Amino acid sequence: MSVTPQFLRRNVYDLDDYSKAEILYILEAAKGMKEINLREYKKIPTLRGKTICTLFVENSTRTRMSFELAASRLSADVVSFQATVSSLQKGESLQDTVYTLDAMGIDLYCIRHSSPGAAQLVHKYSGKPVINGGDGRHAHPTQALLDIFSIWEKLGSLEGLKITIVGDILNSRVVRSNLIGMKKLGAEVTVCGPRTLMPSGLEEVYGCKVEYNLPRALKDADVVMGLRMQMERMTEGLFPSLEEYSKHYVLSKDTIKYAKKDALIMHPGPMNRGVEILPEIADGKQSIIVEQVANGVAVRMALMFLILGGKA
Amino acid sequence: MKTLIKNGTVYIAGKFRKQDIFLDGTQIRNIASKLDVKADEIIDATGMHVFPGFVDIHAHLRDPGHTYKEDIVSGTKAAAHGGITSVCAMPNTDPVVDNIASVDYVQRRAKDLGSCKVYVIGAMTKKSEGLEISEMATMKSDGIVAVSDDGQCVQDAKIMLNCIRYAQNFDLPIIVHAEDYSLSGKGQIHSGKVSTKLGLPGLNALAEEVIIMRDIMLAESTGARLHIAHISTAKSIDLVREAKKRGVRVTCEVTPHHLLLTDEACLGFDTNTKMKPPLRPEHDRQACVDALIDGTIDCIATDHAPHADFEKIKEFDHAPFGVIGFETAFVALYHHLVKPGIVSLERIIEAYSQAPARILDLPNNEIKKGNAADLTIVDLNGESTIDEDFILSKSKNTPWLGHTLSGRIKYTFVDGRITFADR
Repeated sequence: MSVTPQFLRRNVYDLDDYSKAEILYILEAAKGMKEINLREYKKIPTLRGKTICTLFVENSTRTRMSFELAASRLSADVVSFQATVSSLQKGESLQDTVYTLDAMGIDLYCIRHSSPGAAQLVHKYSGKPVINGGDGRHAHPTQALLDIFSIWEKLGSLEGLKITIVGDILNSRVVRSNLIGMKKLGAEVTVCGPRTLMPSGLEEVYGCKVEYNLPRALKDADVVMGLRMQMERMTEGLFPSLEEYSKHYVLSKDTIKYAKKDALIMHPGPMNRGVEILPEIADGKQSIIVEQVANGVAVRMALMFLILGGKA
Repeated sequence: MKTLIKNGTVYIAGKFRKQDIFLDGTQIRNIASKLDVKADEIIDATGMHVFPGFVDIHAHLRDPGHTYKEDIVSGTKAAAHGGITSVCAMPNTDPVVDNIASVDYVQRRAKDLGSCKVYVIGAMTKKSEGLEISEMATMKSDGIVAVSDDGQCVQDAKIMLNCIRYAQNFDLPIIVHAEDYSLSGKGQIHSGKVSTKLGLPGLNALAEEVIIMRDIMLAESTGARLHIAHISTAKSIDLVREAKKRGVRVTCEVTPHHLLLTDEACLGFDTNTKMKPPLRPEHDRQACVDALIDGTIDCIATDHAPHADFEKIKEFDHAPFGVIGFETAFVALYHHLVKPGIVSLERIIEAYSQAPARILDLPNNEIKKGNAADLTIVDLNGESTIDEDFILSKSKNTPWLGHTLSGRIKYTFVDGRITFADR
């Protein structure tokens, strides 16, 4: 595999900076990485001597582990910075944190933060390439890439596919990045959820369809993705109860029948079983939810490899 | 000090004329097509324009309490650099200007050290907490020109009604920052396509509009004066237009940034595009321009709101709201509205000098024999490159950083004294 120079030292803020061809290139690279993950000895030496920092200002064990495993399998050194046990708790600014980390010689940052635009800020402070691991409700490009990879791997292409995403669209960075990426690869995307959890102008911004009724949204779908419904949205007065939400928006045998017979079932996790998805669906034979997690490591390996320009 | 300004194109009574102006002491002594008098300084204003000094009725000088952002010295210097000769200081300092000791402090500092006239706006409620009426009559006898809880908005309609009636008693204008907190919530930028794209919590336009509607109705019921600060949406403007038709004594101002920028400016997460009210979509911006032209919007005010670099360089949703405006207001308006022929130069001058002075009963500052010598000389063929060296304010938080704008302020005079000179 040879590295195309346009990926070198490039930031991954969101997928709108990447063309269709570039996204497909990343998917191909991830395919190669996935193969490494299936070996008995899951390690290649390509990024030996490089240092990757996972800078997690918002908690997320799963995503952080995925980034760290990806880095380790490429033989990079990994340092992990977590806000809950760090100087940020003591009131240090993000700027000073990055200056401090940078002094220690970081080559690539993977950041998770509750503030939209935080990835851009880390690049501004450090000048180093940054992979956005989720910034507020703004973007989560590596999740979108692993979702797209999972579909692409199963179905060969996203061209003309009907993809339906159901849940708390308003608060979801996963949806936003997926809408950009999936549309670029030619899919038709429908989002579905209650009106109070739907941001304004979505159709115009992303060219997607918005549906408030689940059966209508699922009609003839090739891929169905559920999103985590958070309890706190209830206390914000956006919907009355998980039970009522579930009655109208749960992915179950009853509702999924509106989609195509062999539609893929996805979820970015963590799942609230019984709220947005029933076990019969989450664990059913159409579900690729567990595979998504495995693909996450491969996609992140591919990005690190391309950005830091390792030679394999 | 006697100054003779020769050969300038002077704005007099709504028109431009080639005139010489003779300033003697604090006053304009004489205006004529050719003056030959002895002066301490003669300024050749050939090819330049002479305007009445700009009057900015909405500014935050941050003094006392937040002097790392700005103080009365730096703030008034920046104002003079923008051609401004009178500034009205908002009371949301620390402590809040809700008593005569604080009013005195601002007035005295400005008088001793300031580079322009500073008029004080008192808090409408004690500590601007929106609960109890401030001692506004006492503050008025000490010189305040209006009351406002700017930056805060009284949420309780009954308290607002009481404030309006009480202020009316002493003929004090009320300036309202219209924002319903239950609707604005944690919003960071205008709620719309851009906030959806950026994943930033939106500030619903209704937060501004429902308070403007409420306060117009409250003022209408008592016949009181009401001035609406930094109006920003088409619907808000419609509400004011209809109220004016009914004879309500309502006036409003618009900031240069709401006239010139839209929420698309936020797309790069530049915290210098974050302010309240937020930048709105194009159709609201266009409505602001139209309303400035047709007079529904009475005046221009900067809402100069300095914040230090270390505050503005934070994550977007952690950074404070507000941008500076003194030094860019005129050149930005000239560059983007006058030069392309969208708004006349006369309208901008009127809305940024005479009109705001009238709204708050400040002295008339037309260029006229006997008036105070408050004026500014501008080279419309020059340009201003807005960088950190250009900005005299302590804070550099402006969306125009890095822009080159047409027009350059050459001199500013306050009471006949040069407060800014580009030399």
